[in-house]
Amino acid sequence: MTDIVWIDAALRAARPQAIGALLRYFRDLDQAEEAFQEACLRALRHWPVNGPPRDPAAWLILVGRNAALDDVRRRRHSEPLPPEEIISDLDDAEADLAERLDSSRYRDDMLRLLFICCHPDVPATQQIALALRIVSGLSVKEIARAFLVGESAMEQRITRAKRRIAEAQVPYETPGAVERAERLAAVAAMIYLVFNEGYSASGGTAHIRVALCEESIRLARLLLRLFPAEPEIMGLTALLLLQHARAPARLDPDGEIVLLEDQDRGLWNRELIAEGLALVEKGLRHRRPGTYQVQAAIAAIHARAARFEETDWGEIDQLYAVLEVLQPSPVVTLNRAVAVARLHGPAAALAMIEPLAVPLAGYFHFFGVRGAFLMQMGRTDEARTAFDRAIALAHTPVEAAHIRLHLDRLSKDSRPA
Amino acid sequence: MLYAILCYHDEDVVSAWTKEEDDAVIAKRAVVTCGLAAEGRLGPVARLMPTTAAVTVRSGSEPFVIDGPFAETKEQLLGFYIVDCATLDAAIDLARQMGQGESGALEIRPLRLFQPGSVRT
Repeated sequence: MTDIVWIDAALRAARPQAIGALLRYFRDLDQAEEAFQEACLRALRHWPVNGPPRDPAAWLILVGRNAALDDVRRRRHSEPLPPEEIISDLDDAEADLAERLDSSRYRDDMLRLLFICCHPDVPATQQIALALRIVSGLSVKEIARAFLVGESAMEQRITRAKRRIAEAQVPYETPGAVERAERLAAVAAMIYLVFNEGYSASGGTAHIRVALCEESIRLARLLLRLFPAEPEIMGLTALLLLQHARAPARLDPDGEIVLLEDQDRGLWNRELIAEGLALVEKGLRHRRPGTYQVQAAIAAIHARAARFEETDWGEIDQLYAVLEVLQPSPVVTLNRAVAVARLHGPAAALAMIEPLAVPLAGYFHFFGVRGAFLMQMGRTDEARTAFDRAIALAHTPVEAAHIRLHLDRLSKDSRPA
Repeated sequence: MLYAILCYHDEDVVSAWTKEEDDAVIAKRAVVTCGLAAEGRLGPVARLMPTTAAVTVRSGSEPFVIDGPFAETKEQLLGFYIVDCATLDAAIDLARQMGQGESGALEIRPLRLFQPGSVRT
């Protein structure tokens, strides 16, 4: 690894903290971003020569702020601030700054930055784009590719989102406990959205989708480092790790979906699973269950089963029951029905999902699951109708192709021997 | 003399590495450790999970458990190597090779007691 690679990683790592602090100074996203860009350019010039600073984020904040102030002063024809060559040589100045910007301040800066991206006035798709652009530092081109839209369209989307945020006037005072908790929940939801965008295979190439999943895991770990005692953030991080661990087995070489029961578990990433399991256990110690923790616990049961046949469906059924209480939703009940089918057979599961037909009338998975239950019960005509409906509702060709496999199997089975 | 080479790094930076960058660091260090292993001079090696997975038990009259690592510093203990070196200079030389092109610090600490352990992996 060369120094330049290290500098690149250091700049990427310092980004949320530095932009968060610069945003507090300037109270303007564009200005904060510009100041950070300028500081990065100077870092690329000075770090290889002077050696890396002890606290890269503090250096970037100081230099970014000074560069912007310097710019203002120059326009007013007044004395410039000392050049950053001097600053970077003065370890004292750096330590002093780092001390003044104590860790709790950084924490609120970064939380504010993340929170701004998921402001309720900004639609979900824009939230993801904004977070990837501002917090993660992905280029507009990269984000556009992930969403399968043109670069100028994505540029517009991000500009619009920024305008909405400026209009929304997010307060810059240190948030109170209640507000901090609300921001934390909103940010967790946004990080999960980023992950799902990568996980759901709705657009972009496999390479980009993996990058989105990895980025969301990085953000979740970052959030957990800021709030190390929050069991739900442990749950969120665990959930992402455990789901992403299965990614190498989710699609076959032709790009077709491989169901959990057919996946080669040898392909699962054991390192991610181990970390996910550790976090699930750590979170449960707090005895403050939440939706992310329960979902992570469900993912953990799958991860622990060496073979599909060893899956503890009783435990999964119970966890979904907890989830139904914490977050009542037809989708949760639908998922629970899959566990019930394994435990008590397809008839019981089918009865359970019948009342969901209205709320889930436009939901691809409902018809996929319903079709599978009917198929197991030998009600092939009804199964075929359900599968046809699922194909009509599929979001991606991969989803549709998967259901078509079921239909093919049905036609084969019903053909007279 | 047995030494522990303790790896302290900025966790934000390490987690910002791409898979390729991470692999490159491991490969570079493996060059050093493979040589040691061949000479029978390499002890246990461990890479620790992120500090977000850590829990700290604070001792005292009433021990309590805190989420997160023991020290809240920028650079965290992320792994270690146990190596056998004839001299401190030799250990320093090893650490130099291991840390080439990296940021962070490798602390060399002579061992006072060594128990190889009985964990089956």
